[in-house]
Amino acid sequence: MKEKQSKIFLNCKEAYHICDKSQYEEVSSWQKIKLNIHLFLCKICRKYSKNNKKLSQLCSEANIKTLKPQEKEKIKKVLESELSK
Amino acid sequence: MPDNTLDPKKWVDLYADYLYNYTISRVSDPDVAQDLVQETFLAGLKSAVNFKGEASERTWLISILKRKIIDHYRKINSNKGKAEVRMNYPSDSDENEGDWLEQQVADPFDGNAEDSMQNNELGLAIQECLSRLPEKQAEVFKLKTIDGMDTEDICNELNITASNLWVIIHRARTSLIECLNKSWF
Repeated sequence: MKEKQSKIFLNCKEAYHICDKSQYEEVSSWQKIKLNIHLFLCKICRKYSKNNKKLSQLCSEANIKTLKPQEKEKIKKVLESELSK
Repeated sequence: MPDNTLDPKKWVDLYADYLYNYTISRVSDPDVAQDLVQETFLAGLKSAVNFKGEASERTWLISILKRKIIDHYRKINSNKGKAEVRMNYPSDSDENEGDWLEQQVADPFDGNAEDSMQNNELGLAIQECLSRLPEKQAEVFKLKTIDGMDTEDICNELNITASNLWVIIHRARTSLIECLNKSWF
């Protein structure tokens, strides 16, 4: 994997990977450039990238709330004690 | 033959977040919402014998939760004497504006009723799609995307490598896109 990263052209697998990472702002600008070059060339990845961005946007719009792990554990314990009765 | 069976041990992992979101959009107090979710699970346990297997586990739990939410509001409303009565007198200065300070302030949520409703629907749609994913994928995706946890922290907590994590994230994203595709893309 590492020797491939020096190349300008990514394969689709690497492009997916960088595209996923970029949804969480975890890519360098050089990786972004490489991704954009790949997207320019590859229709399939372009579509994935578009959908991927949309998914991130939907997730942030939806304002989903989750229970904290501790709180879930608490509920689990209550359930378990009820089950063992 | 029943098509669906109940597996209470998995309820919290599978449905807690879904039910919590459903509740919080209706009662808006996080603590109350959490209590209601717990009560729902307990009520589910008690009436598990009545489960006929016609509906899915989640639909069944939601129907219990709905009743719990209604009960919650009944309880609040029966706390008589606490209701706040406000009377409006026509004001001389501005006919349309109320005397209460709150009424004069622009309500930021006013125009957004539909938006927030849609967002709530979207949230539930995402939750529903998440619940169809393999547990591990859903868990990692939630931690990463919704809770915004660092890659490193997730890896430590779940005992997986970073590349492992990204493979899981990729699979989750692909399935979610497919699942949400029909109505939301």
